[in-house]
Amino acid sequence: MILDLKKLKLRSVNEKLQNIDRKKNKRDFTISNPEGNHAICAGLTENIDVTIKGHVGYYCAGMNQNANIIVDGNVGTGVAENMMSGKVHVKGNASQSAGATAHGGTLIIDGDASSRCGISMKGIDIIVKGSVGHMSAFMAQSGNLVVCGDAGEALGDSLYETDIYVKGKVKSLGADCEEKKMSKKHKIKLKELLKKAGSNIKPEQFKRYGSARKLYNFNIDNVSNY
Amino acid sequence: MKNKTLPRQSWTFDEYTNSEIRRAAETGIYDIRGGGSKRKLPHFDDLLFLGASMSRYPLEGYREKCTTNVTLGTKYAKKPLELNIPITIAGMSFGALSGPAKEALGRGASAAGTSTTTGDGGMTPEERGQSKNLVYQLLPSRYGMNPKDLRKADAIEVVIGQGAKPGGGGMLLGQKIDDRVAEMRTLPKGIDQRSACRHPDWTGPDDLKIKILELREITKWKVPIFIKIAGARPYYDTALAVKAGADVVVLDGMQGGTAATQEVFIENVGQPTLACIRPAVDALQDLNSHREVQLIISGGIRNGADVAKALALGADAVSIGSAAMIAIGDNDPKWEKEYEKLGTKAGAYDDWHEGNDPAGISTQKPELMKRLDPKKAGRKLSNYLKVMSLEAQTIARACGKNSLHNLEPEDLCALTVEAAAMARVPLAGTNWIPGIKKK
Repeated sequence: MILDLKKLKLRSVNEKLQNIDRKKNKRDFTISNPEGNHAICAGLTENIDVTIKGHVGYYCAGMNQNANIIVDGNVGTGVAENMMSGKVHVKGNASQSAGATAHGGTLIIDGDASSRCGISMKGIDIIVKGSVGHMSAFMAQSGNLVVCGDAGEALGDSLYETDIYVKGKVKSLGADCEEKKMSKKHKIKLKELLKKAGSNIKPEQFKRYGSARKLYNFNIDNVSNY
Repeated sequence: MKNKTLPRQSWTFDEYTNSEIRRAAETGIYDIRGGGSKRKLPHFDDLLFLGASMSRYPLEGYREKCTTNVTLGTKYAKKPLELNIPITIAGMSFGALSGPAKEALGRGASAAGTSTTTGDGGMTPEERGQSKNLVYQLLPSRYGMNPKDLRKADAIEVVIGQGAKPGGGGMLLGQKIDDRVAEMRTLPKGIDQRSACRHPDWTGPDDLKIKILELREITKWKVPIFIKIAGARPYYDTALAVKAGADVVVLDGMQGGTAATQEVFIENVGQPTLACIRPAVDALQDLNSHREVQLIISGGIRNGADVAKALALGADAVSIGSAAMIAIGDNDPKWEKEYEKLGTKAGAYDDWHEGNDPAGISTQKPELMKRLDPKKAGRKLSNYLKVMSLEAQTIARACGKNSLHNLEPEDLCALTVEAAAMARVPLAGTNWIPGIKKK
């Protein structure tokens, strides 16, 4: 079913996708003419496939549950923010705060992601085939961030328990983020993540970063890091 | 020697200040505490109602109608919040407060016909189950935020700031991060948790407008969106909240409490509640939005007189946090011996972050939590809310008003020059409003 945003209002399109008629068993949808609209596919709950043909604005696939959403274009701020489950695949580039605070599911970005990619992420797996901007994985709590390109300044600042894998250069690490040993367990996990994104890059080419856990409890002797 | 001068304590280096210097020197950490500003500030006590006499006609107390109900979220929401009284319960997190305490707040608010609010820890079943009207907060940390709970909410409150710490994020120290709190926040157990001070996916009012669009799309435009701001720059912040598409603006002055933050922050950043109301109302009026976008005032509301004064100055409702905690048993003198063991006394206990609350409210320790019976505590809160409403009605009737919302600045005078200037009402016994030039 094609939902044309030139003819339909955002509310009608989202309403349609948020209230799937199970009897009709329609589970494949295409959104045409997105033209940078915001909040497209926000709050979906069903296991459906949606392909968006073009560029979208802010918060595309926000708080997604279960849906498999492909964006055949670039995305604005906060794609898949607070996603709980499902999959979002961006074929172009992503603006800032991609996958912010997301609890679950998978976000794949074929191009680059701007600053704060994976900020406060809480369990999502994010795979960026290009590079990420500054402050990515800031206060990231759980889940995995895979960067096949380079990472900007202050990667993983004030990190909790997210694992970050970067193939390219890291401009600088943020407070309490350090390089970690890449164990066999981590290589297996990374291989699985790369496979999800259709990449055959070898895990051995990546470095792993995680929390040094020095800021977990206040200590005056670490004051320069706060 | 007969004539000897008495020992003289420095005004600048008073006993409290000296104790704080010694504490800082010993521990190497700033003082963290709960609650709001404790310093003496211009407040509602500095205002008086004039009442009726020859020039105004009073209503008969207990006989003539004086309405208290308020509808919040009339601008955009399909289902605005209908409350029996204009006093709501402010956001307090599960984590900062115990499960039974959250349940008590829900029970009390529901029995009195008003709403309660989640906090920086997500929505608990105890609270949702007992709250007829529950406002779900969207905070910078997004701890526990999920679309399922979002859709269960009766309103959504986007928190930009709190009066106790404008520009600051929340704190929950390791002592209170037990298994349940850690799981709800996706954090390791026992760490000192610091919430972000800025939202992760928007940076200004233009972005916030789009964020609100997203929230409305997810909730199908059903529920009102509140924006909570701290008493920083109330005119501009209120105007920008309206521009961003708020149904309701919640404005929290510096007496508003927090679960935990730095003492230096609480006492030195932000403006008193009294100073915030008129600029916020100005902003709403300048945008032709007064009464269309409702204004909730919080920060130091204690009784029906405070409610009536806030409404007279232009608020649509008030919100209480610290007072609600006291109503359900916080700082109760019956625990005096235990407060003494903690180095404090009833009425002054504010180390809520340490999780040792003898009253069982700001704790996650099972043996302390058991002390609070949510049913009894809920009943106390509902009694208190009803008393506040009756008090406000008493004053309104005395001013000749058949609705609390008909109270107006003309019903007031001020006892101090400062309060007169802030509330823009005449100094008692004069027709002088400092800062207002006569036309």
